[in-house]
Amino acid sequence: MQKIYDVAIIGAGAVGTAIARELSRYKLKIALVEAKSDVGMGTTKANTAIWHTGFDAKPGTLEAQLLRRSYALMESYAPEAGIPTERLGGLLVAWTEDQFQNLSNLLQRAHQNGVTDVRIISAEEVYRLEPGLNEGAWGGLFVPGESLICPFTLPIAFATQALLNGADLKLNFPVQGIQQEDGVSHVFGPGEQRVSARYLINAAGLYSDVIDHMLGHYDFTVTPRRGELIVYDKFARSLINHIILPVPTAITKGVLISPTVYGNILLGPTAEDLEDKTNTATSEAGLAMLLEKGRAILPQLMDEEVTATYAGLRAATEHKDYQIRLHGEQRYVCVGGIRSTGVSGAMGIAEYVADLLAEAGLSLAPKPEFKTIRMPNIGEATPRPYQRPDLIAQNPDYGRMVCHCEKVTMGEILDAIHSPLPARTLDGLRRRTRAMQGRCQGFNCQAHVVDILARETGQDPKFLLALDGREVQR
Amino acid sequence: MSVKTDVLIVGAGPAGLASAIQLKKLGVQQVTVVDREPEPGGTPRLCHHTGFGVWDFHRLYSGPQYARRYAELARSLGVDIRTETTITGWDDENALTFTSPQGTGVLAASAILLATGVRERPRAARLIPGYRPRGVFTTGSLQRFVDEQHLPVGKRAVIVGAEGVSLSAFMTLTGAGLEVAAMLTDLPRHQMYFPYAPAKWWLMDVVHRTPIRTRVRVQRILGRKRVEGVEIRRLDDDGVEVIPCDAVVFTGDWIPENEVARKGGLEIAPGALGPRIDGQFRTSQPGVFAAGNLLRGAETAATSAMEGRFAAASINQYLQGKAWPRRRLPIQVAPPILWSLPNSISADGASGQRKHIAFRVARFINNATMQVFQGAKLLYEQRFSHLPPNETMYLSGAWLTQVDPDGPPPQIRLSG
Repeated sequence: MQKIYDVAIIGAGAVGTAIARELSRYKLKIALVEAKSDVGMGTTKANTAIWHTGFDAKPGTLEAQLLRRSYALMESYAPEAGIPTERLGGLLVAWTEDQFQNLSNLLQRAHQNGVTDVRIISAEEVYRLEPGLNEGAWGGLFVPGESLICPFTLPIAFATQALLNGADLKLNFPVQGIQQEDGVSHVFGPGEQRVSARYLINAAGLYSDVIDHMLGHYDFTVTPRRGELIVYDKFARSLINHIILPVPTAITKGVLISPTVYGNILLGPTAEDLEDKTNTATSEAGLAMLLEKGRAILPQLMDEEVTATYAGLRAATEHKDYQIRLHGEQRYVCVGGIRSTGVSGAMGIAEYVADLLAEAGLSLAPKPEFKTIRMPNIGEATPRPYQRPDLIAQNPDYGRMVCHCEKVTMGEILDAIHSPLPARTLDGLRRRTRAMQGRCQGFNCQAHVVDILARETGQDPKFLLALDGREVQR
Repeated sequence: MSVKTDVLIVGAGPAGLASAIQLKKLGVQQVTVVDREPEPGGTPRLCHHTGFGVWDFHRLYSGPQYARRYAELARSLGVDIRTETTITGWDDENALTFTSPQGTGVLAASAILLATGVRERPRAARLIPGYRPRGVFTTGSLQRFVDEQHLPVGKRAVIVGAEGVSLSAFMTLTGAGLEVAAMLTDLPRHQMYFPYAPAKWWLMDVVHRTPIRTRVRVQRILGRKRVEGVEIRRLDDDGVEVIPCDAVVFTGDWIPENEVARKGGLEIAPGALGPRIDGQFRTSQPGVFAAGNLLRGAETAATSAMEGRFAAASINQYLQGKAWPRRRLPIQVAPPILWSLPNSISADGASGQRKHIAFRVARFINNATMQVFQGAKLLYEQRFSHLPPNETMYLSGAWLTQVDPDGPPPQIRLSG
């Protein structure tokens, strides 16, 4: 007899995992299915790693409303769950008179969105806050709430908490088809696999339109919008104190320069509409454009080494708002078109989706206990294991450095491999620990890390190194 | 945990260990060498081919044998070698903080020698676009894969770079049974000079018949999960080609591992990217010295070891009360000169100045005249019939005594 879940969620990005976590506080049987081999593998893992206030969202939109709600929820959740964040504040710098004039519109918009602590500042104050900026700033808009966040820890935290509270996670489960009969949705995966549930949620990100089509809806089309980014060495970190934002245009928030919670500096993103939903390659033109913009904003940045480059795809649609819809008769909620604010909006979206499910007749009875979690800290704002003699005294592996650039210890690597939502791939390990993410990009530690992961998980190193052409299986 | 020692050396490679040995021979009581790796020896530990030891020990060793020899010698002389010890920062000007499996703590010393070595610039830092597939290496990561962890690397490789270290990558790859599809350089000729040339001729030209593609640049890595090839652009006619392969090794393009130096606020020499030193291996910070590949990228192990010994003599003088120079002038270089070493002159007399100034250039240059100016005044001129890139050349230091310590920084440039 096939198990019938109360809710099945398709897609384990920031949004899908947040929904799974939110629903796991209720007496529900939940399945979270994900095409890839880990959570947070799509838009969630390759973005600007900023936790937005939503100050510049279009007032009155669902996006504006949910970003606002999400911000408040995250303010208490991130510290509780140990998700690295840093509230540095955003500084929009106007480089032309037109941009400077536009700041008052943005101020007004921020107020409409309930973000009331923003203020316009003079050029003098811009340079007082950021002495390293290039000449020519007219002034700026300061948004104190804009923050850094670790986009790797976030979905792992959500998913781990959901698992701890009874949800099932099915990885390597690309959805092949969906059938609905007698009030049950059957979600078909590879081979004979099937997940059946009374309620269905589509949080498939870049593929949310494809899933929507499977259920007979054609409300939107996802156009992957590629964003390329350059990560600079930690020695660049001292060049800026805030998130340096451009004055946004209709198409994109523009190229920003932001610190990361790992102590690097990010430059990006580009914004380029593509057709291929898997094209996360960087391009010569994209990187050249970023260097040009970076040089214009923060000339000294160009003297520092580049640590990494990457590209991510945002789920843009023809609409200027989230595409969240309840199809009550199908007991189906589509959570599509989350654009570029999935990390920031996830918790607000999750709460909203729970309300929609209740509206569709799902009974939300709280569990007697909603278990909480505490993630290992991979941010620089609070002490890391190698800085903690108390931890090293308990377990010398926390003083045994494996990744020298990012100061990742054997203890952290073993923890990540043996956690409730364990790392099974090199990339999974990187996102959980930062190992191999630093300035040498694995020159020193990659071979060692492969060896540890292969040994601890009983996998052939050839799988981990993608030398046998097969997908890495869990 | 707090330790006080006479000399603290960061990095147990050839420079650090040779310096430690020399310091003990000079009679220094407590010499402590820390290294973040589990074993001392530094980069030679990873070079499982021969060619080490001729200068230092008058014997031919493999890299690991050479590393062991240095470590054993140091230990036998009473050098305190602490492995798995990572320097995390500076406690004050003469004390470093560390983390090890025993805990965290402070290592204080009367003098500190930084000998933290070098790494190769990885693919990302070279801004080569494409996906991020598996199968992209540097020589260092390749050697760790093959010789340290015995992991598979692929079947057919392309080597980016055609200098001494590229030949090292070639030997590692062919030794692991890979075919090397080509060696690539953007320069007009390869740079595997003596002593690499005979090995290059035998291995690449005779045995494996590996093509060296000159004047080409990798413009994209192909493949998503696994490298499927490299897309190269011919610099002379802008033509584009694809070379199928499942591994790419980026060789050379050195960056000093200057994290500890930079965290301490030591002056860094542009171009070389290591701490700025004078002829006695003194950095901008009193009591802090630097030697080896940290100064300017990779040289042979013997060169690094020799620098370590020179630095030891200088450290010993400092321990015995020699005053730290109050002023120094940077030595500047103009393109296509990449760096010089030493790269500053201390204003405490010529006694400790070097006889030669080492330098490197960015491209092949024939019939070059190197000139040293201080302001408008020409201090020195020297002709070179041939200046090759990726090879250290030496300019006479005869002009060092003529530098006016109150004048502007001297500049080395190429005339015409």
